[in-house]
Amino acid sequence: MHWNPTHFEASFLFALFTSIVFGIVGKRTDRERLHYGLYVFGCFMAAIFGLAWLMYFGHG
Amino acid sequence: MPQEKDAAGKPAKPPRPPLSLWITPVALGWLLPGGGHFYLKRWNRGALLLFAVSGMFVFGLLMRGRMFEPGDTDLFNIILNYGGFVGDLANGALYFLATWFGYSQPDMPGAAPDYGAKFLVCAGLLNILAMIDAYEIAVGNKS
Repeated sequence: MHWNPTHFEASFLFALFTSIVFGIVGKRTDRERLHYGLYVFGCFMAAIFGLAWLMYFGHG
Repeated sequence: MPQEKDAAGKPAKPPRPPLSLWITPVALGWLLPGGGHFYLKRWNRGALLLFAVSGMFVFGLLMRGRMFEPGDTDLFNIILNYGGFVGDLANGALYFLATWFGYSQPDMPGAAPDYGAKFLVCAGLLNILAMIDAYEIAVGNKS
């Protein structure tokens, strides 16, 4: 079995799993954990789309 | 309460927590992602850690990422391979099961195997964070 993801699929999964762990280990209450996990996930998404557009315009 | 100071006037270090307090949850956390949290009865957090770390590891396998092996000829590759090996090894039972079942992927060109290798190492690094969290809970620094 082999899976050949697009760059977006791979980076989306990476962002999802990483933000879950960061959310759990980074804060002390469940509410703070949820907010921090969503914040980290949002930052990953912003970086993914931001860098993608930057590369798009960079290539001309 | 005033902070205790040592003979040199520096703040005294708090005593190191006894090994027996934290070794079991940390070892279980290494063997099974989230295992330390399960041992400490943090069921929801343990389940989420198990999902995240093993999910990343499984997707790394599906992308045919290579496992790093220690040793090489030049310094850069030695550091790279040892670092990657430590990351892979931090997956605990997932790593041992994959290798015992014969998973051995050569270094192949292409984006997917490259992502896969990073997923496998990052799953191990996330598991190290989970182990540190289990330690913090076990010694009473976190709830």
